[in-house]
Amino acid sequence: MKPKHQRFLIIFLGLVGLGIAVFLVSIAFRDNLVFFYTPTDLSQKKIHPEQRLRVGGLVEKNSLRKHGQKVTFHITDHANVLKVNYTGLLPDLFREGQGVVVEGKLSEPGIFQAETVLAKHDENYMPKEVADRLKEKGLWRDDR
Amino acid sequence: MKFTLAKPRYFLKVTNFLFPLALVLGALCFAAGLYSALITSPPDYQQGDAMRIMYIHVPASWMALFCYGALAVFSLFVLVWRHPFAEILAISVTPIGALFTVLSLVTGSLWGKPMWGAYWVWDARLTSVLVLLFLYGGYWALYKAYAHSTQGIRAASLLAIIGVINLPIIKGSVDWWNTLHQPASLTKFGSPSIHSSMLLPLGLMTAAYGFYFLVLFIIRARTELHKRKLLVQEGLS
Repeated sequence: MKPKHQRFLIIFLGLVGLGIAVFLVSIAFRDNLVFFYTPTDLSQKKIHPEQRLRVGGLVEKNSLRKHGQKVTFHITDHANVLKVNYTGLLPDLFREGQGVVVEGKLSEPGIFQAETVLAKHDENYMPKEVADRLKEKGLWRDDR
Repeated sequence: MKFTLAKPRYFLKVTNFLFPLALVLGALCFAAGLYSALITSPPDYQQGDAMRIMYIHVPASWMALFCYGALAVFSLFVLVWRHPFAEILAISVTPIGALFTVLSLVTGSLWGKPMWGAYWVWDARLTSVLVLLFLYGGYWALYKAYAHSTQGIRAASLLAIIGVINLPIIKGSVDWWNTLHQPASLTKFGSPSIHSSMLLPLGLMTAAYGFYFLVLFIIRARTELHKRKLLVQEGLS
């Protein structure tokens, strides 16, 4: 084997090994790599009441209540629902049916005290007229 | 393997022809792309005009990844074949890649504030792109840390190749883990979820970025080539 082939082989094997290592590490730390839990994750996990965490889901339709700066709404992953209390300004994209990530802690089981509300948008981009037409024709999927 | 094309003489010849072409096409694409991105394309149904940041953010991110891929290939040639011309290409591509990464991070954070409500969050996509910037920085620091550049380039090349593992992580981060960053629009299975009226400016801007990259790359590589030639002539290296 020529030296350059040997070097190539070493680099190749090194990369394969590194890839496997990174893959295993990312599986082991899966829980810590997610940016937010879903309400279902939350109901299955034991969460310390003082632990700061982020929960993400869709804002449930007709659940938004505003009293001045105080806001309450429900977030859902279509399986479980979490009630959220928040005081402050909501981001522009915040609306019912929209994805949202809240940061804060559980004040009591099933009730989340949010300190930050982040709006999540999806990967679909289209002009308003197209979106309206899709809705008219009934082609709009709610999971968008 | 023979590298006839990688001889400096051929490189200068090809780039003599390629450089003005890339310059003109790049300028045209930038003009047409910016015009259609900012003026003629429609605003998004949800994000309104803020979505136009996508036209400069997405191509910058693609170029950042592309430059790193190129750097890794050049680094492989440096390490395996010890080809001196690969070193010139590698150190020419690195600062350009870092520039695109910075552009991607800055425009992304300017987009994130009005849409998400935060300039920065530590989700998997944003963090892995920040790691990409550190890889570019680490490459450069390692390259410059040795008194002799032939030593520096080998250490740096090894880092560049190890860092390749970050590319699939950046790409997959939005699919493998929950992130605040939305998943890919163009490369998902089935039809792309960007309306055709918005694909045109995105395509033009991507082409513009590509030509811009080519222009910078050719300038840097030729300068480096001439510098080395001079050093040899003066007997300094």
